[in-house]
Amino acid sequence: MLDLLVPGLMILIAVIGLAKKQDVYSALLEGGLEGLKLLLSIAPALVMLLSAVHMLRASGAIELLTRFFSPVCKLLGIPPETMPLVLLRPFSGSAALAVGADLMSTYGPDSLIGRTAAVMLGSTETTFYTISVYFGAAGIRKTRYAIPAALIADLSGFVMASLTARLLFTPL
Amino acid sequence: MVMGFVWVGMLVLSVIACLAKQNLGVLTPAALEGAASAVTLCLSLAGPLCLWSGLARVMERAGLTEKLGRKMRPLFCRLFPQAGRDELALGYLTANVSANLLGLGNAATPMGIAAVKRMGQLSPGPEASDEMCRLIVMNTASIQLLPTTVAALRASLGAASPFDILPAVWITSVVSVTAGLLAAALFGRARRA
Repeated sequence: MLDLLVPGLMILIAVIGLAKKQDVYSALLEGGLEGLKLLLSIAPALVMLLSAVHMLRASGAIELLTRFFSPVCKLLGIPPETMPLVLLRPFSGSAALAVGADLMSTYGPDSLIGRTAAVMLGSTETTFYTISVYFGAAGIRKTRYAIPAALIADLSGFVMASLTARLLFTPL
Repeated sequence: MVMGFVWVGMLVLSVIACLAKQNLGVLTPAALEGAASAVTLCLSLAGPLCLWSGLARVMERAGLTEKLGRKMRPLFCRLFPQAGRDELALGYLTANVSANLLGLGNAATPMGIAAVKRMGQLSPGPEASDEMCRLIVMNTASIQLLPTTVAALRASLGAASPFDILPAVWITSVVSVTAGLLAAALFGRARRA
């Protein structure tokens, strides 16, 4: 079933586009260019951040951080190794992507930690950035309870990501 | 601005940790390795990201976002009683959320901003309304049916089946959006009481 997801989706989207009399191929190329431009725009951030993350890992600071947070993590059921991701996620999308990529390549994309990191990345957002962009553009200065409510959503996302990754993928 | 401090903080922390262990020599190769690994990551991400962004553009052109938006109208009239009565605000809202669902982040943000602006006209003032907070929570909690960047990342790092995290992502998203909306409802009521 899952093997058909991507090819099926590709065909479905293209066929719907053709049925709506759209120039599907030029839309593909146009969107693809946009995707590459997006990647190019985050590439420098990924270089800077992965450089810093590798330094943190080599120095042993990540290990210290992990050990420091492990009691809280145990309480919440979050793997302590994902703590750097949890801490950076609300502030910076590219930093979270860099740390997530580092976790996935260190522990393996199909490991429990790698999967937890992937689920965390896929089901949370760059909260503070989103709030500042949306409210900034609309001229809202008093955000009231938007930030605490959004952070509660984030926290439950991290806890649930750890839980679902653990329950749906028994570690090998 | 914040990121500047975060970055410097990461570097200072590494130096301190190395000083404590007296292994400062590891930092230079690690910095260069990290930079090189970022470029490798970008190269392996480029293909999947390009492919998906192309498909996303086709979805947009074919009007899938609008179609999904129309299906969600009844739900939105409930969640946003004031904005739901305004044709323009409702249009922006549904466009924002359906673009998010389809993973079209680039299309979602302008629609979300337009929705917040329109809601600001409906209830003027510098203060966020309850409905605005609800919209913010729905956007910050991320509701994606296809988390394509993460799947691309997993694929580029050699995952056996990059999309097998989908059910976990869906469950997590539903729970976190619900928790956020519940928290918003509680906070909103507490302020009014």
